[in-house]
Amino acid sequence: MPDIFNILGPIMVGPSSSHTAGAVRIGKMARILLGEPVREAVLLLHGSFAETGRGHGTDRALISGLLGMNPDDLRIPFAFDEAEKAGLQYTFKNVELRNANPNSVVLQLTGETGKKLEMQASSIGGGAIMVNELDGITVEFDGHYNTLVINHLDEFGTIAEVTRLLSNYRVNIAHMKLSRHKKGGEALVVIETDQTVEDRLVEWISQFPGVRRVTYYDKREEERDRA
Amino acid sequence: MLDTMTSIIRKAEEENKAFWEIVLEDDMEKKEYSREDSFEKMLTVWQAMENASDSYTGERRSVSGLVGGDGLKMRQYNRRGESMCGGYVSEVIAEALSMAESNACMRRIVAAPTAGSCGVLPAVLLPLWHDGKITQKKVLEALYTASGIGAVIAHKASISGAAGGCQAEVGTAAAMAAGALVQLHGGSPKQIGNAVAMALKNLMGLVCDPVAGLVEVPCVKRNVIGAVNAVSAADMALAGIESRVPVDEVIVAMGDVGRRMPHEFRETALGGLAATPFGQKVKENMQA
Repeated sequence: MPDIFNILGPIMVGPSSSHTAGAVRIGKMARILLGEPVREAVLLLHGSFAETGRGHGTDRALISGLLGMNPDDLRIPFAFDEAEKAGLQYTFKNVELRNANPNSVVLQLTGETGKKLEMQASSIGGGAIMVNELDGITVEFDGHYNTLVINHLDEFGTIAEVTRLLSNYRVNIAHMKLSRHKKGGEALVVIETDQTVEDRLVEWISQFPGVRRVTYYDKREEERDRA
Repeated sequence: MLDTMTSIIRKAEEENKAFWEIVLEDDMEKKEYSREDSFEKMLTVWQAMENASDSYTGERRSVSGLVGGDGLKMRQYNRRGESMCGGYVSEVIAEALSMAESNACMRRIVAAPTAGSCGVLPAVLLPLWHDGKITQKKVLEALYTASGIGAVIAHKASISGAAGGCQAEVGTAAAMAAGALVQLHGGSPKQIGNAVAMALKNLMGLVCDPVAGLVEVPCVKRNVIGAVNAVSAADMALAGIESRVPVDEVIVAMGDVGRRMPHEFRETALGGLAATPFGQKVKENMQA
């Protein structure tokens, strides 16, 4: 049985839970994973996002999310003005992605210190989202948990080190999934956790041998920046 | 398992409780939190509905320019005393238009059960609330009943236009509103079930055919038929009229109709009003 607060909810700025509320959440997810304010964004819209996105405010919704807003933020209709104030430059293009959900977008972001992130995500209904790709590697997570994404070289022991560290600090792993391009090449592990992973742990993991990049989605961030 | 209307109604009768209490207790059990925590969440839902209605001015237009200002027109018409429905029902129409328009115009609303059908449930509650006929506690109880009904329909059929057409969105919203109204007017759990069945039956088959794929035309005005249909279904149930087809069978039938509905009529904007010359022109304009 569905949650009654998914039947009466979400509380959101209209007009569409998938094209507007979900799009805000995708933008915000990308902003959190980038880990710093966004300076430049290229947004590639696919399928229904490309076809009916403008009429649904999908463009403004994505920008709102990149600025850290939540789906109920009253500034969403004025996102383009807000972006100008915040110094965020953006361009929209339409693309055809292969095997992608109809409501998909690729976000190519550059942050204020020059950090980069490329994320493909889709809005899968009722405001729920799924991250499908990070920096070109297939992933699958929805933001229901704290999520660590560790980009590393496929070497012995790296993942064991990470899980040992997490268990030492009483962070319980809810789900874990490993993907790689080829044996011994670049690999990605997505770890969803019940507890918050503190900043210093994220920092330590990023310094492990073989680890190239760590991005972290903190669930608490979802509740921040309320208007 | 409380996954049918019958199971909720039976439990309410056996334990001599109201329909809403069974829904509330189920929520508390699932979330492992207190009655107060749950009520607090429901209050947030209600306040968002109330705020959307109170702050509506009718000035804003949708991105396409097709929608906006009709809620205001209806309110003014009502104030002039010209409405044929008059009184409560004329206010229900104005509220349904205002809320659904608010959604189309990027104002803040509560999906109930979806954004496109967000006007139906608040439309039947707000006039009673504004006239001081119901307390906040009663409103929140009515929202529990409505959400329980919506959860059953979502589980047994569908609440998505893409999956089941407008009957699944506005139809479900009407069923939720009808059940809430029966409870507010002192009806029994069984009468709630009858109201839900009649509200759903009367919108069965309704297609989802949004012009240019936008949640605007005909969605805003369909919220009105959802709300008015809810009022008539609730009135029938309170009069003692019963649905001949049992409520849970009606729900399953609605789901079945939805699944068999051609995909042109399931939010794809390929059929119905979306396929009219007018609809095609709007689509071209939006892509320009």
